[in-house]
Amino acid sequence: MIRFDHVTKTFVGHISALIDFSVEIKDGEFVFLIGPSGAGKTTFLRLLIRDMLPTSGTINVDEWNVNKLSPSEVHLLRRRVGTVFQDFKLLTDRTVFENVALGLEILGKSEKETHRRVLDILDLVGIADKRNNFPVQLSAGEMQRTGIARAIVGGPGILLADEPTGNLDPQTAWDILEILGEIQKIGTTVIMATHNAGIVNELHKRTITLEHGTLVSDEEKGKYYIKKKHASHQ
Amino acid sequence: MQAISDAWKHIRRSPYHSTAAVLTMFLTMLLAGLFFLTTVGSSYILRYFESKPQITVFFADNATASVAQTLQTTLEGTGKVSSVTYVSKEDALAIYREQNKNDPLLLEMVTADILPASLEISAIDPAYLTELEPVIKQAQGVEEVVFQKDVVDALLKWTNAIRIVGGVLVGLFALNSLLIVMTVIGMKIALKKDEIEILTLVGASPWYIRVPFVLEGGAYGAAGSAVSWVIITGFLVWLQPVIMGFLGTVPFIGTLFTSVLSQTFLLFSGSFFLFLVLVGFTLGAVGSLIALGRYLKF
Repeated sequence: MIRFDHVTKTFVGHISALIDFSVEIKDGEFVFLIGPSGAGKTTFLRLLIRDMLPTSGTINVDEWNVNKLSPSEVHLLRRRVGTVFQDFKLLTDRTVFENVALGLEILGKSEKETHRRVLDILDLVGIADKRNNFPVQLSAGEMQRTGIARAIVGGPGILLADEPTGNLDPQTAWDILEILGEIQKIGTTVIMATHNAGIVNELHKRTITLEHGTLVSDEEKGKYYIKKKHASHQ
Repeated sequence: MQAISDAWKHIRRSPYHSTAAVLTMFLTMLLAGLFFLTTVGSSYILRYFESKPQITVFFADNATASVAQTLQTTLEGTGKVSSVTYVSKEDALAIYREQNKNDPLLLEMVTADILPASLEISAIDPAYLTELEPVIKQAQGVEEVVFQKDVVDALLKWTNAIRIVGGVLVGLFALNSLLIVMTVIGMKIALKKDEIEILTLVGASPWYIRVPFVLEGGAYGAAGSAVSWVIITGFLVWLQPVIMGFLGTVPFIGTLFTSVLSQTFLLFSGSFFLFLVLVGFTLGAVGSLIALGRYLKF
């Protein structure tokens, strides 16, 4: 369970990324987080993994009050909340296998268990044959699959995906969505920030729309409405 | 295991930084090791001299045993001496022969005639020594009086000087090593900024990230210590005959240096190795921890 309660985040210079934002996301939901660039989507995700603290309001993830977590407890939250990044954030000096295994090494799992689990996950995301490749030897889609595998290998209850299809071609983007769907089916809460209107409109999932840091709509089967700007001089 | 492998990777990938850190640690531990051995050795030497008679009276060649006997009776009569032992010319030769049994050339040249007879005197209280001095000096047949206190005082002066100079040097070198390790680890942290960020985002605990750096600093210290141990042990093996010649009669030092293959020497050098490596590892690890506290905040 994720709950944002009247959360405001203001950066230096009085720039508000989120304004009095409240939302509740239940376990096992698949939620799209949409809105134009600068709407506050990434701020929402960063607040959720305590990459930053809110200016006001409270954030709860399961039993944790995220605001009150001490620096030495933050890693426990981040193990519960797996994150897929738009820029992949892979370790370039480690192979696909080693990057994914990292998610289990930090949990102190045995070598044998790590080996077995990583191969299973690589199978699930469809890059088992690339396990000995380094990130520079992968395509964007393969790197994103590696990022997803690393995020889910430890079995997090929540998966955040920040524009996971942003750098991908349409076919690969749909493949990634399929993987995220599979992950949700096993009970993981999936929150995906995206600009991809086609995917949002096709899947009819819960959609939270943000604009200028405020909640515009929260619909059970939402749509991505693109406002067309009319040139005033015409 | 992963932490060790990561630490090794850090070391391997920047060989120049690593070499600089190991060399600095080596110099510090070399100095610290020599200082430690000198301090321990000098305390044994001091103890040895302190345990010897406080006054040795050497008689002239023409003085007879009865002259020594008279002085002995006079001294015992003062009630201020705890022991007085007469060492005849023959006894002196026997002692000389025992001390130089491995050097036949020295034995051939010396006879009892050229060695002086002596009295070895210990006072009940060191304060009585000044009262005994005129009694001894006025006695017939006395050629030379050696006060052990003078020897001990001179030794103590040298030992204290070594301790102060050595201590300050070791302190300065240790500080220098800490700063070098801090700089090297600080640079590694800066180079690995992206990797550290990724590790924190995927849920690695602060210690999962810190431990490889701590091990790396510790490894620099341990490697420097191991090299300094090789140098110091080699030096001791090379000096063994000289040490035995000068300090062979000092308890422990004499036993230790009888043979460099003896069990005592091997046990001592093994323990010394562990001691140096442990101190070096701790010094390096502390340097790392300070750098981590300074440059890696969670």
